[in-house]
Amino acid sequence: MTLTASESMIIILTIAAVTFLTRALPFLLFPDHRETPKYIAYLGKVLPYAIIGMLVVYCLKETTLTVMPFGIPELIAVTAVVLLHTWKHNTLLSIAGGTLLYMLMVQFVFV
Amino acid sequence: MSEKKKALKAAFPHTIPVLTGYLFIGIAFGVLLQDKGYHFGWAILMSACIFAGSMQFVAISLLTGGFNLLNTVVMTLMVNARHIFYGLAMLDKFKGMGKKKPYMIFSLSDETFSLLCSAKPPEGVHEKWFQFFIALLDQLYWIAGSALGGLLGAAMHFNTKGIDFVMTALFVVIFLDQWKAADNHLPALVGFFGSALCLLLFGPQNFIIPSMILIVLILTVFRRPMEKEERP
Repeated sequence: MTLTASESMIIILTIAAVTFLTRALPFLLFPDHRETPKYIAYLGKVLPYAIIGMLVVYCLKETTLTVMPFGIPELIAVTAVVLLHTWKHNTLLSIAGGTLLYMLMVQFVFV
Repeated sequence: MSEKKKALKAAFPHTIPVLTGYLFIGIAFGVLLQDKGYHFGWAILMSACIFAGSMQFVAISLLTGGFNLLNTVVMTLMVNARHIFYGLAMLDKFKGMGKKKPYMIFSLSDETFSLLCSAKPPEGVHEKWFQFFIALLDQLYWIAGSALGGLLGAAMHFNTKGIDFVMTALFVVIFLDQWKAADNHLPALVGFFGSALCLLLFGPQNFIIPSMILIVLILTVFRRPMEKEERP
C-alpha cells in the first residue's frame, strides 16, 4: 500500500460518490412527478439499442488490428457467439462456447 | 409462494451469464488488489460501495499512484460517463420502484443495465421485484467474486487469460436479442458504428465521450427515421 488506510478510504468513497452521481443524474434532472420531456423520452427509448452496440465496441476496444494476432481471436470468437446464438438461441451456451473458444485461442494458438 | 420469492426464482436464470462473468472478473479484481497490498476486506468494501467493474480496475491504479482527489474525480467521471445514458433509458422503467429506487439507481452497472433492458418477467411475477432481484443478485456475485479473488490471491494456479471475453460475449448476445426484438435497427447500428468510428479516431482511452456525443447527435438529427416502423 502506497497510501495510508484513511487516504485509501477517502479515494474509495470519492469514487463511490461520483459513480453514484453519474448514475443518478438523469433521475435528479427528470424526477418522477414531473412529466419527462418528449425528446428525453424518445432518447430513453432508442438509447438502449444504441448503447449495447457501444458496449460491444467498448469490450473490444483493446483489440489491435495492426499487430499479431490482428484481432483474429476476437473475430473468430464473436462470429462463433453470433452463429451459436442464431442457431440454438441458448444464452448460456453462446456465452460459454464463445468464451472457451477465445480462451483456447489466446492461451494455445495465438500466444 | 410469496411474491418476493417468486420474483427471485424468476430472476435467477436471467442472471446466470452475469454470475459466471462477475465471478471471474471479480476474482481477477480481488487478486490484483491483493497484489497491491489490499486484503479481501478492501475488495468487499469497494465492490459493495462502488460496484462498477471497469472503474474498480482504474481505482487500483488511483490507489497506487499517490493521493490525488481531483484526478480521482475526473477519472471517475470520464470512465463512468456512459452511465448517464443508462439512467436516461431507465427513467420510465424505474417509475413506481418506491423504496427500491435508490438501490436500483446505485446498482445500474453495464451488465445489470443490459439485463434490465432485455429480461422480461414471466406472467404473474411482480415486475419491480423481479428487476430488483436481478440487480441485487448481480451485485452479490460481484462482491463474492472480488472477495474470493482477494482470498485466493497469488494462490491461483489456473490460467485465466481471455476469461474477460465473457462480458463481450454477453453483450453480443444481448445485441442479437435486441436486434431480433426491434423493428427498427437504426439505433443499434448508430451505436455500433458511431462508437467504432470514434474508437478509430480517438483511440481506446478517449473514445467513450466522443461516442456518446456522436450517438446523441445522430439520434437527434435523424429522429424521424429512428422512430419509423416502431409504430404499427
